[in-house]
Amino acid sequence: MFSFGDRGYTTITIFILVLAERFYMKRRDFSKRLTQAGMVTVLGAPIVFSHKIPKRYLPVAFQDPDPFSLFNKDKEMIVLNDRPWNIEAKAHLLNDKITPNKYMFIRNNGRIPENIDKNSWALTIDGEAVSKSKTYSLEELKTKFRPYTYQLTLECGGNGRSEFDPPAKGNQWTVGAVSCAQWTGVRLRDVLEDVGITDKAIYIGYHAADTHLSGDPTKEPISRGVPIQKALQDETLLAYKMNGEAIPLAHGSPLRLVCGGWPASASGKWISGISVRNKVHDGAKMGGSSYRIPCETVAPGSDVKAENMCIIESMPVKSLITYPRSGALLTIGKSLRIHGHAWAGELEVSKVEYSIDFGSTWKACTLEKPVNRLAWQHFTANLQFPKKGYYEIWARATDSEQKSQPMVLPGWNPKGYLNNACHRIAIKII
Amino acid sequence: MDENSKKQVSLLTNFVITIVALIGVVILGLLYYVNNPDEWNTPDKIPLEEGSEKNEKVKDTVLANSSLAKLFGFVDDVGMVEVTQNCTQCHSGKLVTQNRLNKEGWRATIKWMQETQNLWDLGKNEELIVAYLAKNYGPESKGRRQNLTNVEWYELE
Repeated sequence: MFSFGDRGYTTITIFILVLAERFYMKRRDFSKRLTQAGMVTVLGAPIVFSHKIPKRYLPVAFQDPDPFSLFNKDKEMIVLNDRPWNIEAKAHLLNDKITPNKYMFIRNNGRIPENIDKNSWALTIDGEAVSKSKTYSLEELKTKFRPYTYQLTLECGGNGRSEFDPPAKGNQWTVGAVSCAQWTGVRLRDVLEDVGITDKAIYIGYHAADTHLSGDPTKEPISRGVPIQKALQDETLLAYKMNGEAIPLAHGSPLRLVCGGWPASASGKWISGISVRNKVHDGAKMGGSSYRIPCETVAPGSDVKAENMCIIESMPVKSLITYPRSGALLTIGKSLRIHGHAWAGELEVSKVEYSIDFGSTWKACTLEKPVNRLAWQHFTANLQFPKKGYYEIWARATDSEQKSQPMVLPGWNPKGYLNNACHRIAIKII
Repeated sequence: MDENSKKQVSLLTNFVITIVALIGVVILGLLYYVNNPDEWNTPDKIPLEEGSEKNEKVKDTVLANSSLAKLFGFVDDVGMVEVTQNCTQCHSGKLVTQNRLNKEGWRATIKWMQETQNLWDLGKNEELIVAYLAKNYGPESKGRRQNLTNVEWYELE
């Protein structure tokens, strides 16, 4: 006898539920589009002072709201901001020795450029300190100069901002705005030598194809740079490949600067120009409190005048426990092998230690040498736990100048940069 | 298969199709309701400027504040409409809601945006916006280091 049975009903109900969910999701997507594209129109409410809002302030064009498929990012990545896009990793996602694209944080100050044409892309080197400005096509750069590949640590200057007290303004990065991918490109030094720079050169500043959030075509969202000494380092690249492949759009395709060990904002994306300056570059986000900290340390919450702020250069020593993921429950008697990375800006990390007793005692981790200068270093240790209970594993790195990570927050600064307090994960022994 | 069995199968099939269709209609109806609660309620009116010519038209198209709050992720409170109108044109609401500042901090942020980011004069709305932000997105003291929170416990093999 043919019988449908309970299982049959259940299957069909689930099928209907799936269909209904799809229908529902489509509607949600649509309402999101409506929101992004024309909220003010839909809202309909009169905008006070609307006559003062320039014409170009129409809501920005709709962008695919699913950043994970848009940028090929892992679903566990955290979206801090969707306009502009700012996405960070979690500590355990960064366990790879070479960070793959899917776990690389995205930091944008403006809008990601659209319709990039690699064939017509050009880089112009100009400024007060070049003998004559010169323009290269992408192809010329690739064929005329020798390529180099380095693994370079890029950390957002504001990584860890979320911990500062009083809170600091900006994207509230936790620990995941750091990566160490393999970059391939030509040395900026070789290109600058080909152009010919004068002895007036003090600084370089980049110009890029991203556009200002306000839509104002006369404004650059960000135009930062580095002192000429950093620009002339072997590892400072004009990169066109990341991890052996063309650079993904969100990471600066087709050409970006990579200045490892410095705030990642110095490594401009979508580079179309470099100015060799006879003074400290004065582009967007070079002044005020942007990527600058008080020249003299201040009490938390202090008001610091712009003239008392100094540009951040090399990033401080820091480390991250990337295995295990925080929250592991472990049976008593079992040992635990931890893994992680440590980096120290321009310097090398000389040792990494761990503590399982809230910083009372520290033991050494095994630390590898960097694959090249400015690449992060891997550490590992085998941990034993004496008895059951709640533990935190803390990691503390020390650089080649004997500076270690603090256990509490480092010196406060208005924009919450350079938080290199030691990383902690929670473990329970059961 | 004899005639009787065929009849039974046919009856059963019709029964199943009917039940499935009913379940489907009920579920879709429920989902529609969940997605569009406002169609059953009178939406709260967004405060309008007095004397606006568009008032009547606006009243028809206006969205409920609660929907607006949901869409932009803002706390529903006095000033939310002005914040939505003025603070989500260039960047997303997420850049606002992830920050915690006092009145001075929000005021300084507005000033910085006016100086460098082409933010317009907010006029009399500035005080309303600053008050809304400082009330709903004001700082909480975190001390020099917080406890590890939101730990998701899992068994490690």
